[in-house]
Amino acid sequence: MIKFINASKEYKNGVKALSNINLEIYKGEFVFIVGLSGAGKSTLVKLLLKEENVTEGNILLDGLDITKISNRKVPYLRRQVGVVFQDFRLLTNKTVYENVAFAMEIVGAHPKEIRRRVPMILSLVDLSRKANSFPDQLSGGEQQRVSIARSIVNNPPVLIADEPTGNLDPETAMEIMKVLSDINGRGTTVLMATHAREIVNTMKKRVITLEDGKVIRDEEKGGYELEVSNI
Amino acid sequence: MKFRIFKNITKQGFQSMWRNRGMGLASVSSITAVLMILGVILILILSINNIMLDTKTKFDEVQVFLADEAKEEDVNNIADVLKNSEGVVSVTYESKKQALEILRKDWDEDAYLLEGLEDDNPLPNSYIIKLKDIKYAKSIVDKVSGLAGVENITYYQEIIDKLMVLANYIRFGGLAIIGVLVFVSVFIISNTIKLTVTSRKREINIMKYVGATNNYIRGPFIIEGILLGLCGALISILIVYYGYGYLFDAVNEKLYSMFTFYLIEPKNIFNDIAIMFATLGVGIGALGSIVSLKRFLNV
Repeated sequence: MIKFINASKEYKNGVKALSNINLEIYKGEFVFIVGLSGAGKSTLVKLLLKEENVTEGNILLDGLDITKISNRKVPYLRRQVGVVFQDFRLLTNKTVYENVAFAMEIVGAHPKEIRRRVPMILSLVDLSRKANSFPDQLSGGEQQRVSIARSIVNNPPVLIADEPTGNLDPETAMEIMKVLSDINGRGTTVLMATHAREIVNTMKKRVITLEDGKVIRDEEKGGYELEVSNI
Repeated sequence: MKFRIFKNITKQGFQSMWRNRGMGLASVSSITAVLMILGVILILILSINNIMLDTKTKFDEVQVFLADEAKEEDVNNIADVLKNSEGVVSVTYESKKQALEILRKDWDEDAYLLEGLEDDNPLPNSYIIKLKDIKYAKSIVDKVSGLAGVENITYYQEIIDKLMVLANYIRFGGLAIIGVLVFVSVFIISNTIKLTVTSRKREINIMKYVGATNNYIRGPFIIEGILLGLCGALISILIVYYGYGYLFDAVNEKLYSMFTFYLIEPKNIFNDIAIMFATLGVGIGALGSIVSLKRFLNV
């Protein structure tokens, strides 16, 4: 589904964020990307969204080399990749329902389809009762669930979550993990960058560990062992 | 593009204009002001053009005065030369008597001063030559001036040349001012839109992450710019049209009696001004939006 081939990224200021990344993530997988701050997790996410371009190497998404697509095509790439951020990034002047519907309006979905699908997705993240609330009236966990609903409403094959639990207390974080896990269970490939050790250890999924821009460990059903290796 | 997407964009454009109506008002007023000044300059240019055309037709003739003692064959010869010259439309003989009669009509109430001149008429016989264009005057004058029996020749080329030069200056000056004004108003509009865009930067960013195309993001702002431009155009059309109409009613008759020319009738220029203003308003609005958005779309 996602393939990094010798991908390297060096920022203009000379910082080498990623060097020679080779990875393959398969369809339907749930993968954690872990590592300390500055290890290259965010850069990896940015490359997948084509917010940044690789300096060298290639990245394939469903067989398509996204390092080669033109800027004009980027919006279409982003429709293939749902994304959830630590800070939710919701439109504060729109209701929960409108925030989710907005993602469908952008791609020109039929109003009938929007009216059918948005409530469905909202019930999937257990927010049906809050459909008419504004983001400010919701708790952090609820806001993150709106953000997840928005990211999957157009049915992207891949969902990227960049520290989705970073702003949440442990209990709420586990709720979010359950939602992500459910979405993964429905066939969406999920890629989650995090440094929440508890979560990684509980979930028993594939864990890719980055350090100084390199993959230092890639384990099925792994745990968060970064601190251990550092001691 | 799907019609639905277009509808969304239009809706958002209207919404955004309404939500930012304070700034919108500022843009509309500046566009209105610019277009109004433009309208004044335009009417000035058109009027001067009009006067020029009028003057040209009034003065596109050459009058060749004949000496009293000229022989008949000389007079006929002159007529032949004139008739065979390039650019001549007609050659009319005006006798002393006719000249006096015309003068008497022109002087109207004061015509009694001319009484007693019938017997010793000081006015000369003359040929009045109508020309296709005043530019032929010089060559005709050159041809005729040496002929026997010609006493004097009058024509107005120099005056007209000077007027033409003046009119050209005014026209170019006016166009330059219009150019500057259009530039200024694009700048003003783009700043207004920039403020709107900045306040919606977060939203634009989110839209980009969800996969909105640049056109989808740009659309509402461009529509907002166009609407602001159209509002400005509409207001300035009304002000210029009614303002000029009022001026026209007030001074047209007086102007004619003083300088023998008419202003252009307001209804004759309404269409031109309306089309021009609407185009400029829309253009300024759209351009302003595009200019201000360029920086924001590279997320």
